[in-house]
Amino acid sequence: MPRPGGRTYEKSKDFKGSIKRLLAHLKPWHVLMSFALVLAIASSILALVAPDKLSDLTDTISAGLQPNVSEEHIAEVLQDPTIPTEDQQQAMQILSSIDEDSNTDEILAALDQLPSSIYDEVKPTMDMDKVKNIALLLAILYVLSALFSYVQHYSMTTVSNQFARKLRRSISTKINRLPLKYFDNHETGDVLSRVTNDVDTIAQNLNNSLATLVSSITLFLGSILMMFITNWIMAITAIVASLLGFTLIGVILNKSQKYFIRRQKELGDMNGYIEEIYSGHNVVKAYNGSKEAEAEFAKLNQQLYESNQKSAFLSGLMPPIMSFVGNLGYVAVCIVGALLAMNNIISFGVIVAFMVYVRLFTNPLSQMAQAMTNLQSTAAASERVFEFLDETEMTDQKECTKHLDKSKVKGEIEFKHVKFGYDPHKMIIKDFNATAKPGQKIAIVGPTGAGKTTLVNLLMKFYEINDGDILIDGVSTKQLTRENIHDLFIMVLQDTWLFSGSVRENIKFNKDDVSDNQIWQALRTVGVDHFVQTLPGGLDAILSDNDGISQGQKQLLTIARGMIEDAPFLILDEATSNVDTRTEELVQKAMDKLTEGRTSFIIAHRLSTIKNADLILVMQKGNIIEQGTHEELMKQQGFYEKLYNSQFEKTA
Amino acid sequence: MGKLFKNFTKKDIGMIIVSIILIIFQVWLDLKLPDYMSSITRLIQTENSTLTDILTQGGYMLLCAGGSLLSAVVVGYLASCVAASFSLTLREKIFAKVESFGMEEIKKFSTSSLITRTTNDVTQIEMLVAMGLQLLIKAPIMAIWAVSKILGKNIQWSALTGIGVLILLVTVSTLMFIVLPRFSKVQKLIDKINGVTRENLTGIRVIRAFNAEGFQEDRFQQVNEELTKTQLFNQRCFAIMNPVMNLVNYFLTLGIYFLGAFMIAEAGMVDKINLFSDMVVFSSYGMQVIMSFLMLAMIFMMWPRAEVSAKRINEVLESDISIADGTKTTATKEVGTVEFKNVSFKYPDADEYLLKDISFKANKGDTIAFIGSTGSGKSTLINLVPRFYDVTEGEVLVDGINVKDYTQEALHNKIGYVPQKAVMFTGTVASNVSYGDNGRAKPTMKKIKEAVAVAQAKDFVENMDGQYEAHIARGGTNVSGGQKQRLAIARAIARDPEIYIFDDSFSALDYQTDAILRKELKKYTKDATSLIVAQRIGTIMNADQIIVLDKGNVVGMGTHKELLKTCEVYKEIALSQVTKEELENA
Repeated sequence: MPRPGGRTYEKSKDFKGSIKRLLAHLKPWHVLMSFALVLAIASSILALVAPDKLSDLTDTISAGLQPNVSEEHIAEVLQDPTIPTEDQQQAMQILSSIDEDSNTDEILAALDQLPSSIYDEVKPTMDMDKVKNIALLLAILYVLSALFSYVQHYSMTTVSNQFARKLRRSISTKINRLPLKYFDNHETGDVLSRVTNDVDTIAQNLNNSLATLVSSITLFLGSILMMFITNWIMAITAIVASLLGFTLIGVILNKSQKYFIRRQKELGDMNGYIEEIYSGHNVVKAYNGSKEAEAEFAKLNQQLYESNQKSAFLSGLMPPIMSFVGNLGYVAVCIVGALLAMNNIISFGVIVAFMVYVRLFTNPLSQMAQAMTNLQSTAAASERVFEFLDETEMTDQKECTKHLDKSKVKGEIEFKHVKFGYDPHKMIIKDFNATAKPGQKIAIVGPTGAGKTTLVNLLMKFYEINDGDILIDGVSTKQLTRENIHDLFIMVLQDTWLFSGSVRENIKFNKDDVSDNQIWQALRTVGVDHFVQTLPGGLDAILSDNDGISQGQKQLLTIARGMIEDAPFLILDEATSNVDTRTEELVQKAMDKLTEGRTSFIIAHRLSTIKNADLILVMQKGNIIEQGTHEELMKQQGFYEKLYNSQFEKTA
Repeated sequence: MGKLFKNFTKKDIGMIIVSIILIIFQVWLDLKLPDYMSSITRLIQTENSTLTDILTQGGYMLLCAGGSLLSAVVVGYLASCVAASFSLTLREKIFAKVESFGMEEIKKFSTSSLITRTTNDVTQIEMLVAMGLQLLIKAPIMAIWAVSKILGKNIQWSALTGIGVLILLVTVSTLMFIVLPRFSKVQKLIDKINGVTRENLTGIRVIRAFNAEGFQEDRFQQVNEELTKTQLFNQRCFAIMNPVMNLVNYFLTLGIYFLGAFMIAEAGMVDKINLFSDMVVFSSYGMQVIMSFLMLAMIFMMWPRAEVSAKRINEVLESDISIADGTKTTATKEVGTVEFKNVSFKYPDADEYLLKDISFKANKGDTIAFIGSTGSGKSTLINLVPRFYDVTEGEVLVDGINVKDYTQEALHNKIGYVPQKAVMFTGTVASNVSYGDNGRAKPTMKKIKEAVAVAQAKDFVENMDGQYEAHIARGGTNVSGGQKQRLAIARAIARDPEIYIFDDSFSALDYQTDAILRKELKKYTKDATSLIVAQRIGTIMNADQIIVLDKGNVVGMGTHKELLKTCEVYKEIALSQVTKEELENA
């Protein structure tokens, strides 16, 4: 079943290269594919042979139409001694009623009245055995052809779906091997559409186009060959007549392509606009923007109308033109054939055969055109998929020779002249130095854009630092694998990421040996145990996008997820920003218990939460400008003090 | 579906009628073709026929084919016009309807569902109309006409054709029965694949921090396997379609010829020739019958999908609008006042009240702040002022008049609303700040610059490429959360409203910017009334009146100092943010 709207009409950049690469990726299925393609060819050859047999059948039947009424035969019959004389006389009488002016029907009617003894001699005889044989042969051909075609489709379906599965899997695995940097510059929607739309286009077209192309080419070449073998004059007639039509189709195809691309683009624009207006409904309403929106929408809608109408019209032209070309070829073949037949150059059977060849010749041409268009979009789609699979992955970890054991880590972290920028020409962290002693609670504060979250990203080795070093227990993180480092940290982030699954699955996440008791314990600590109990199914309640669970509650669940883990370091990156301050205080108390004995880093907007930190680092523009405890910093009356007091500043 | 077809315009219906006439003409021509074909065949077979005879017959045949092509082209053109204009009208109606929705309806349908209803669902219907106009009309005419041509000619051949049609219909309906429900399953699985991938992408830092890459890949692979399995099953089933269709077609011709051979052999000499030409004609009509039933089957396959879409569209178009427009647009006695009189609110399908018996009054120039924990009803309360929702009980008065009595436009002209989540539109900084219509002229560039300066956005705006004409990408993805919030505030300022509504609009700003912004705003809009929802004590402690909400009830009302003494909840909130000494010193 065709999938409307999902088709992309993109042109590929390097058609040949992409198809070659696609074929290389299909290597594990080469045998099955070849098998399918051989079947496609076989099925087409059967289709070429069948009409020949069908015209044999027609010839045999029509041979049984003509009565044997040549003068010699009649004379022979009339003198045959084995036939009763009165019959012969009766026959003479009937035959004499026929004269020059009698038409065929009158003659035949007269013959039908002949006495049975003579009638049996002159009546047309059909070779019934031949009819039966040809019919049987044809039946076998048809069944075989259908069988081949089914097995071929079945195999190609298997190939295309297994290949799609492999591609999707490769993309999914690839996501985990790409550096975070990649996702800073690429939109989620872009990667998503590669996993679904592009892979889908490839699979769909692989399923249909490849076999169609092969069998069309076979039919096309085969019918040309058969035509030329049969009669070259007729062959040229058929080809010229059909080509006339095909130049027309070529022009239309070319034109409609343009409108399809336009239509796709305009659909995208409209989608984007609708999304924007619908999701900003409250603002559109409150600012009386509806009229403006409707006017803009009408404009987009009108544009879409035009390209919609044109592309639908042009693509709808194909079938009627095709059938006209078929008829044109038919008539041309008949006329030229008749001319040749009258001059006794060819027999009637040749004309009948050509009538079929014309159809066989015209059908595959349009199929080939369609298959080529599909292959074009396959190439474009696979380019996008391969482009993603080719992205540079994270640096390999051969140099990471050291390993820190989670249970033996003391908990010291040192930043030494760390320099970093997402863009190598624009350093965000310029020269960062700090030491966290085992068990300390370190708070990082500063205005938006000061580089607080960046620091955490570096500590987790999500990004590689440009210069300097970060040491854990004196070991450079450059010598530790990312997995090892991640293992040493508990991390709770500002964005409340939960996946669609049950509460239990979300809390357990990737750890296996977590009992329900431990989960309840964690939920209790962050104060959402009552809330989870009220959910239908409790721990088994399914979390999804539109479940009406507030951001605050989601955040508490992510904190609970962090609590299940046991690691020497803790990072809280604005972990309580969505929770109201009273709840935050409760969580904070639980956190303090959690952070006991662990070295922890806390990033917070609300300064009240970090007043009891052992060390507060005040950051601005990538540097530490002040550091100390809350009391020390307040005494300094510097940036921190200003930041802190701005909470109470009078506005009037 | 029928209801939707009422959206055809008169012009559309005219075009449909012309199409029907043309299609009948086309079918007549198409059915005429085999006649000419067989007479050409006969001419060639007959020895004494001349080339002129063949040329004449060939000419007629081409004339028929040409006529058929011409009318097919015209019908194709008309159908594309009708389908495109139908979808244009539908989209327009849906969009206008959604624009008239209150927040309640938006919430009921969900934004993403409304988007697909406006685009994908309309496209589905459009395809059915475009194809349907040609196939739906043509197929039955063709089927009936072709059947009537062969009916009565020969019982054996008719029976054979009937069997062919039956086999086809059984195959198609069996396939539909088996595969159709799985198609919706495939759609769901694709959504799921999308969902898991989206999760992988949005949670990438969490996943890596937990070393959970393998865990996520397993989850993905599970859906991937299931999708592949279902797709394989569907497509393998569908692979039967083509061979069966071909088999039926081929065997029909073969059967007609085979039966024909026996009949001819038995018949008298006069009947033989007639039988033979009947046989040739019958086999081509038989094909036409089969083809037309196939066309019908195709429509039946498209129909259920389009029907689902039609239902979804109708749901939107027929949805009642909860917010009815009032009539008042004229000037009022009071200016800049907001009053709640015993207001209670609950969602229509909910049991519990979100707000209970709220009363207060804000006078011109007042700042009223609302504070309370998550879920206390602060946002719901101020959403009642611009009538995003209507009160369940009691009344909300703006400038002394019930908000329900205003036209929504007139009401919104008085209000500058800044939502919790800043909304940006594709365009420029200036077009975003000057967004909307307040019943007066669009803000001037000077006004825009002032508004941006007051909203503390001047620094970053003037650092952007193109400054006030700098491009804002779809969804405002090229500015940060805090920057978006400041631009949203600038938008409200540029509107020059009587009443400001800030729904937790300062949360993404750091304390310092927050404080300066509010100070500047107060200076700039001395006479305007402000309603502020906030989490931070610092943001609201200087308000003229603070209303403390807890589970939908007012538990405290007064100034910061008063509340610290009288309201336990307020004190708790305050103490969770600052120490006792600080509160007393402030």
